[in-house]
Amino acid sequence: MADPVKLTIDGREIHAAPGTLVIDAAKQNGIEVPAFCYYEGLTLQAACRMCLVEIEKTPKLQTACTVPVAEGMVVRTETPQVATARKYMLEFLLTNHPLDCPVCDKGGECELQDMTFRYGVGESRFTEEKVHTPEKQFSPVVFFDAPRCILCYRCVRVCDEGLGVKALGVINRGVVSEIAPNHGDHLECDECGACIDICPVGALTSGAYRYQTRPWEMTHVGTICTHCADGCKTTLGTRNDRILRGNNRDRSGVNGEFLCIKGRYGFDFYDHPERLQAPLLRVNGKLEEVSWAQALNAVAQKFNQTLADGGTFGVIGSNHTSNEENFYLQKFAREVLRTNHIDHHRTGDVVTLLDALSGKEGKLATVADLYERKAFLVLGADLALEHPLLSYQIRANYRHHQAHIYVVTPGAVREDHYSTVSLRGRDYASLRDKLKAESELVVLFDDSYKGDDVRKLVEFGESLGIPVKYIALVDYSNSRGAVDMGVAPELLPGYKPSGQPGMHYGEMRDANLGALWVVGANPLKNGAQRKAGFLVVQDMFLTETAQQADVVLPAASAYEKNGTVTNATGEVQRLKRGINTMGAKPDLEIMGFIAREMGAAAALGPWTPDAVFEQIRKNVRGYQVPLPVLMTGGAAQTMPVNGRIPVESRPDLVHSDHNGLFASGTLGRYSKVLNSVMESRLRR
Amino acid sequence: MLYNEPSPLETRVLSRRFGKPNSASIDTYLADDGYKAFLKASKMKPEEIIEEVKASNLRGRGGAGFPTGMKWSFVPRNSPKPKYIVVNADESEPGTCKDRLLMEYDPHQLIEGILIAGLSVDAHAGYIYVRGEYRYLIEILDKALAEAYQKGWLGKNIQGTGFDFELYTHTGAGAYECGEESALLESLEGKRGVPRIRPPFPAVVGAFQCPTILNNVETYCAVPAIIRDGGKAFADLGVPKAGGTKLTCLTGHINKPGVYELPLGFPVLKLIEEVGGGIRNGKKLKAFIPGGSSCPILTAAECEGATMDYDSMASRKSMLGSGGVVVMDEDTCMVKAALRIMRFYAHESCGWCIPCREGTAWLRKLLTRFHQGMGTRTDIDLIGDVSRNMLGRTFCPLGDAAALPTISIVEKFRQEFEDHLDGKPCPFEHARHMVTV
Repeated sequence: MADPVKLTIDGREIHAAPGTLVIDAAKQNGIEVPAFCYYEGLTLQAACRMCLVEIEKTPKLQTACTVPVAEGMVVRTETPQVATARKYMLEFLLTNHPLDCPVCDKGGECELQDMTFRYGVGESRFTEEKVHTPEKQFSPVVFFDAPRCILCYRCVRVCDEGLGVKALGVINRGVVSEIAPNHGDHLECDECGACIDICPVGALTSGAYRYQTRPWEMTHVGTICTHCADGCKTTLGTRNDRILRGNNRDRSGVNGEFLCIKGRYGFDFYDHPERLQAPLLRVNGKLEEVSWAQALNAVAQKFNQTLADGGTFGVIGSNHTSNEENFYLQKFAREVLRTNHIDHHRTGDVVTLLDALSGKEGKLATVADLYERKAFLVLGADLALEHPLLSYQIRANYRHHQAHIYVVTPGAVREDHYSTVSLRGRDYASLRDKLKAESELVVLFDDSYKGDDVRKLVEFGESLGIPVKYIALVDYSNSRGAVDMGVAPELLPGYKPSGQPGMHYGEMRDANLGALWVVGANPLKNGAQRKAGFLVVQDMFLTETAQQADVVLPAASAYEKNGTVTNATGEVQRLKRGINTMGAKPDLEIMGFIAREMGAAAALGPWTPDAVFEQIRKNVRGYQVPLPVLMTGGAAQTMPVNGRIPVESRPDLVHSDHNGLFASGTLGRYSKVLNSVMESRLRR
Repeated sequence: MLYNEPSPLETRVLSRRFGKPNSASIDTYLADDGYKAFLKASKMKPEEIIEEVKASNLRGRGGAGFPTGMKWSFVPRNSPKPKYIVVNADESEPGTCKDRLLMEYDPHQLIEGILIAGLSVDAHAGYIYVRGEYRYLIEILDKALAEAYQKGWLGKNIQGTGFDFELYTHTGAGAYECGEESALLESLEGKRGVPRIRPPFPAVVGAFQCPTILNNVETYCAVPAIIRDGGKAFADLGVPKAGGTKLTCLTGHINKPGVYELPLGFPVLKLIEEVGGGIRNGKKLKAFIPGGSSCPILTAAECEGATMDYDSMASRKSMLGSGGVVVMDEDTCMVKAALRIMRFYAHESCGWCIPCREGTAWLRKLLTRFHQGMGTRTDIDLIGDVSRNMLGRTFCPLGDAAALPTISIVEKFRQEFEDHLDGKPCPFEHARHMVTV
């Protein structure tokens, strides 16, 4: 790296890397230069003129957001001239601003308010008529109130550059310039809400959140989104046990400020009228609401009886319950119910990948790698729709570091716009020479590569002679964790062979089991009839499977419990309870109560998330992650195995649901917002 | 047919062929020794061409007056990227109407100037960006281009010199802002016409991210004469540091409005009295805009001894600008003049940056109210204050262009603002004629 540049800001001698902008150099040294349009990571605008500073030897004030540091430069950010410029810039901004702060969603966390408070004038000399235009609705979730807009173009840029969507633009000119959709009167986009999130004022507001609360009335809880496997941190704004919004303005977590529509709005399934809030017991052929005591007692009795009768148990776990729940469930199945008939819906061939990589270190890419590494090979998946965060990271990498992207997919994908090579089909081997010329590579593949395909892919990658990392793309928030925790007939936690592999998912569904216990899954969704003698279902909704159950136990959602989940890149993160929903209990607690009722609790140990996580740390290789990282909302990558996995690989069981942006299995079906938006008609 | 009778006081270099029959056709241009300067330049080294232009003391005729030779020398000739020649024919400055005559009467002179610019930086493609309202000129230009291609003065291996050059016309869509060079480039690339952050300047990163020479029509039109007669001869026509002649557009309350080619350093009062034939109806001079509405206004007293060149105008805290002279007589209401100017800028502000977008609109409303007799004494200072808050803080010079004349009018004609106070009707309302800005 080049030698740092020495300059003076406000009399302080500071050092900054060459090319650093004055505004950033100041910020790095704790000197605030106010700005609206400057936004780290997006192109420069220099439109708001708030960051004007004095630079010695230049006659006019200069925008700190466009001037790079130079040796010997002398910058002053607090002179009377600068203060005057800021003061009157704010006066200009407020001339046509409606000043409707008391009813504005942004009031209390508005950058314009804050700036006016800190740098503005107390009164306005503007006595003319203001420009007013009525509020517009761009989409089910995006509302636009033009008079509040300060035209910083952050929304236009984040949509174009950040998301690669280009749904927003500017119409008219001069004082009547207005942000507007690029396609007629509505947005054709991912509905991700990034434009709303990034808006410094209350111009763009969210259909889900507007007029619900004042920001300071909410409690902010940082947890992990429960929809896809990317593991975005989302900060829930909650009040009175209601989630009012999701965002990640503090940029903590692997995703920075990024969230897709599911993370930002798709939490609302928790509040669906069909949400189960009391246990159901089948009485005279009909499911009836009963107390928790009755329901648990019924389950425990039946389980104990089945055990005594020597009946077979089947257990189907979930790819969106927490690691603790999965660990406890498999332990319950194997130690109490004495069965290896335990499985979940597998959505990516993680097992084969880990086996193929045995003996090698540092082969699994993280979310951060996607922004930092130099080349990418995307196989099969439509990242922008199925893995929005991963797609966002790669796009940002391309924008900031000109990363090379190679795409081999069945159809057109958004990555085509900035890929080095895009191929249709599966012939990635033809890219060998080009890939060999790269200095490093990250390979992402979806469920269309499984079993021997994965082995061949790893062989191909390892033959390139460059450092290669891999990501097996999986669906749902904890698909990866479910395998890691051994919710599989052939595997124990940490990919140890189970010895006697039991029945897998489909076999259990179709077998005449004594009892089938389904936790957070819906095996009978395609109209299959239950075969098991006794069916217990833990779920949030009366799914097709739950409708056929003998006992239905209402479960808490990911936003209503603590625990950990592991995302597609193997990074463990912590769920934090945001709200409580009356009647529902976390799956872990339900399992613990069943164990207690059965008189088997002692064998399984305590069922608090922290205690179970301690067991995981002791028993699952790779999960010895530093606790402070997790506790402070960070992510820690796990490499749960590094040796051969001596079990028969079952690629036939792997299939992804390929949920797009607006779908998320059962949860998505119950989200009002996800059902209100339509897939963009734009071609990729 | 000429729009106005030539004046005997003119020095006709660029306009030497104005008024000749069929002056726009390539045949008459060639008959008048056209394209000879190009052939001469094709035998010169690129540095020699630039040296000749530097020697001519030619300064950009679009308004900013940047030395042309120096601008051309900034283009990195060794860049592996293609280079472009772009012509700013987005003539929109109120009071300015010279480029249209240059394109209407003598388009081949412009083409020749572009070709010489191309030789000087090894560019092989050019664009003439014509303002949308000059639709009829597009036909003239396209016809001239077709003739030039047909006769081998454009295209591959021009006249056996081995030099290739492709030239295109492109129309704007009616935005004053697109006369600002970087906004012009954005518009040329098919984007919204808003200015770019500078540096980098167009000489390094211009059209399509490539090195670009971007000059006004009149600037290019001066180039053939410079190469033909030598830079020194052209420089000698004007004053030190500003060579040659300038097409001056005389408008306003003048007896003989029109476009006159005058050497730089021509006295202002002589311009009004002798070239323009004096003020209409024998009225007295009240105010004078030297070069388009963006320039600070001069009072009659300030015109004493002033000459039409960069330094003389700078010493009076105004600018030579684009040559759009506006003469205002004693019956002109200066509040209305300020309003008229501000209406233009408020309408043309692109909306990109805050001070210009909000400031021009505020001032337009404020001046409208003030002119209607609904102003207060504090408004007078406020007009100046708001203008000064824009000045030097906007993204591009449009904000300054709106602020400067307004500040000058408030300072120099404060009494007229006082006369509009207390609900009094405009004292000049009886004089029906308005300044033609």
